[in-house]
Amino acid sequence: MNVPRIAFAFALAATLIAARGAPAAEPLKIGVIAEFSGPFAGYGKQMHNGIKAFIRQHGDTVAGRKVEIILKDTTGPAPEVAKRLAQDLVTQDKVDFLAGFGLTPNALAVAPLATQAKTPMIVMNAASSVITTRSPYVARLSMTLPQVTAPMAQWAAKNGIRRVYSIVSDYAPGIDAETTFAKTFQAQGGEVVGSVRVPLKNPDFAPFVQRAKDARPQAVFIFVPAGEQGIAFVKAFTERGLREAGIKLIGSGDVVDDDVLEAMGDATLGVITTHHYSAAHDSPENAAFKKAYAEANGTGSRPNFMAVAGYDGMAAIYAVAKKLDGKIDADQAMAALKGLALQSPRGPIHIDPETRDIVQTVYVRKVERTKAGLYNVEFDRFADVKDPGK
Amino acid sequence: MSAAGRVPDARWRPAELVFWAAAVAVYFVFPHHLVLASQILITGLFALSLDLILGYAGIVSLGHAAMFGSGAYAAGLLAHHGWGEPVSGLLAGGAAGAALAFATSFVALRGGDLTRLMVTLGIGLMAYEVANQAASITGGVDGLSDVAMGKLLGLFAFDLGGRTAYVYSLAVLFAVFCLSRRIVNSPFGLSLRGIRDRSARMPALGAPVSLRLTAVYTVAGGIAGIAGALLAQTTQFVGLETLGFSRSADLLIMLVLGGAGWLYGGMVGAAAFLVAQDLLSGMNPVYWQFWLGLLLVLAVFFVPGGIVGTLAGAQLRRLEARR
Amino acid sequence: MPGSLPGVLFDGVAYGSLLFLISVGLSVTMGLMNFINLAHGAFAMAGGYVCAVAMNRLGIPFVATLPLAFLAGAVAGGILESLLYRRLYRRSPLDQVLFSLGLTLMSVAAATWVFGPGSQPVHLPDFLLGQVRVAGVDLGAYRLFLVAVVSLIALALIASLRMTKAGARIRASVDDAQAAAGLGIDVGRVFALTFTLGSALSALGGALSIDVFGLDPTFPLKYLVYFLLVVVVGGSGSIAGSLLASMVLGVLDVVGKYYVPQIGAFVIYGLMIALLLLSPGGLRRMAR
Repeated sequence: MNVPRIAFAFALAATLIAARGAPAAEPLKIGVIAEFSGPFAGYGKQMHNGIKAFIRQHGDTVAGRKVEIILKDTTGPAPEVAKRLAQDLVTQDKVDFLAGFGLTPNALAVAPLATQAKTPMIVMNAASSVITTRSPYVARLSMTLPQVTAPMAQWAAKNGIRRVYSIVSDYAPGIDAETTFAKTFQAQGGEVVGSVRVPLKNPDFAPFVQRAKDARPQAVFIFVPAGEQGIAFVKAFTERGLREAGIKLIGSGDVVDDDVLEAMGDATLGVITTHHYSAAHDSPENAAFKKAYAEANGTGSRPNFMAVAGYDGMAAIYAVAKKLDGKIDADQAMAALKGLALQSPRGPIHIDPETRDIVQTVYVRKVERTKAGLYNVEFDRFADVKDPGK
Repeated sequence: MSAAGRVPDARWRPAELVFWAAAVAVYFVFPHHLVLASQILITGLFALSLDLILGYAGIVSLGHAAMFGSGAYAAGLLAHHGWGEPVSGLLAGGAAGAALAFATSFVALRGGDLTRLMVTLGIGLMAYEVANQAASITGGVDGLSDVAMGKLLGLFAFDLGGRTAYVYSLAVLFAVFCLSRRIVNSPFGLSLRGIRDRSARMPALGAPVSLRLTAVYTVAGGIAGIAGALLAQTTQFVGLETLGFSRSADLLIMLVLGGAGWLYGGMVGAAAFLVAQDLLSGMNPVYWQFWLGLLLVLAVFFVPGGIVGTLAGAQLRRLEARR
Repeated sequence: MPGSLPGVLFDGVAYGSLLFLISVGLSVTMGLMNFINLAHGAFAMAGGYVCAVAMNRLGIPFVATLPLAFLAGAVAGGILESLLYRRLYRRSPLDQVLFSLGLTLMSVAAATWVFGPGSQPVHLPDFLLGQVRVAGVDLGAYRLFLVAVVSLIALALIASLRMTKAGARIRASVDDAQAAAGLGIDVGRVFALTFTLGSALSALGGALSIDVFGLDPTFPLKYLVYFLLVVVVGGSGSIAGSLLASMVLGVLDVVGKYYVPQIGAFVIYGLMIALLLLSPGGLRRMAR
């Protein structure tokens, strides 16, 4: 037996093993399922912009793992497509997190899959209360409609508005908004003098606005999906002379979405809405967010509430990854998410440990012309609002 | 006129056997794409039902999704309320589709092509509104979720990889296809083609036109309902867009691109359409819509029989050239 | 509520006027060439975008953009008719549906690519904003303008059809193209002229409708049902029929939405089915 040779072989082997270095960590994969084309293309775009802003600000590595974002386009309300995309992400790409979800039906279709595949699902926009109840692996970072609508009713009642006419789009979120508003407003002693549900594919608001005018309310409460319907409605409201008749326009912030507010023009001045984020929110976090947003996406667009949800969704994912030291186990991730508190660009937020839904401040804002253009300027707030729908 | 290809021949051609063998092979060759594959099969079944009324009976419909959606909701609601047995749900879906088709046939089949187009379009749009209004039952825009399916035949659970769904869909498609084949090759099927080609002559021959049209419309509605039920069961979800206009319009496009009147055109068209959409939507999705439109325009000018029609035509010419 | 009936009726008439302007071209095209053109809304959209671009990027005043939109529609219609539509007149209705559907998809995609998926804003000149008090009723100034413009155009159309030689040729070709050709009428040229005019009118209607209907790339598909409705209910090939149908549909739709909003969307589809069943040839029969 030649001891020196065997010893040399061992030493060589040991050196080679040590020189290989630590094994490279698997990237942290996040599958983002959202709308990037079709009529809801703005939703996915804003969410993605928010995600990019976060990565720009905080880097693309967390807990030693490089973050990889995989985008999948649902093209619109297409639950079977969303489910198929989620299935591909989970079985083939083996993502650590599912995220995005601009529309409720798509989120609802994917939720059972999150349970079956034990993958945490971060909802960044879809706003129906019921979504977080469909799977124990869902956490929401955006908002729910009842959560932002109830404060509007409370504010109106507190500020001398007794008679309101309600106009909403005739689909589940609209009916949610109408019911929540009426319930809260009437509980505060107000009267809903009339209400109408407008068909979703509606070319012309004029007859509905005329009806509202004839009922002589003090204010009209409006909910329509963010974007072109808001534009059409405000136009009809102005054209019919309701403002001259002294009727205020109140509603949820969707109708004066930051993304389209500038294009809607001066017809929106004075509109009072409640929402959880305004691009004009005055805080250091929001200033940093807007700066990172402009750096990551150019100055062509303004961040809106969907971008902020994308940003905060990433913040939550990074927080969980750091807490679990990069080893994402679904049950531990959900435990880490429950009760997680963040200082978001919108204000302070936290995830309710019972419902896994978001708890946040809802602001009352008015549209004003500032030096930088038309903005929703906050002037009142309701802190720590939970989703009343549960 | 040559006999080959004109008089319906119930024998199975070699090309057909290749087609079905390929469908079975997909299970083994593309094990990671079975979810997309089963959706192709379901859409193919839906297109088959449109082929029966459009390709064989000449009824132009822009609202066929109403039957598809009613089948989806029937099966979905059954499962949602606790009855998760798949095959009975499937039959319930078929019954719902057939019932809706029968009820609307009195309105939809009157008048000429344009009137039928408008009325079927209107019926489809109304069905969408009804489902939207009845949100407490259907879930409205949010959709019907919590559709819990039991095991297929008591043995096979619907798995994450989509394997059970694929085999289920393929079996149903094949069964319904064989049934359709029998129908179109029967005297009834021949009379349908007579109605499609020269509607004034058929009554002269003693064939009751409207009765036959109603019959085929109802059967096609039932098949569409079965396809809808399959979708509801394999995705465990029913969305409002199962009744939507774009589903009807896309279906028409798929059928015509594949070739109407051959029974296989719908399935081929669905496969081509969905695969292309899946591949191309990774690129800029606006391009997809543009190229699809361009493809349609070019197809109308250069490939009027659709894929299957052109292939069959080439086959015919080759056979005739041999004589 | 009853006191507002005149106002609501007027709204319906304004709505109907827009429908008429956009759909009249389709009606005559379908009556004349028996061509089911689902892409008709694309011409309206093109006119709308010409108006929006001219106003927003070139600073041209709104009223001056209207003749531009008209011209744009005429040019587009003329080119497409001679290159494409002409070859499909004898094809089956299904082929025509598919061709025009393909054209529509292409136009929607092109508009999305060039202008983005959002709505185009249009800022009307001040004299068209607000309301005007007429006989004790508040009427929208813009809607008054609409009704005035469309009435003039409708009168001009009907008059020229009845009183000019070109109009006589068109009427002859609509009634029986073969016989008209036999009489020496150049039916091909009649087709081309009519299609061009129809597209031009549609483009003008599109520009005028931005304020009422909104303008975004999905315009041709969104309002397709309404245009087809007018044609089918009014009877293809008849201007008077289209006018009557547009008014009936416009008024009933608006009145329905005002007084019975719960029924909302059903009104228009239910109406269509009822009218089709009652009078399969359309209101043209009734107008005569």
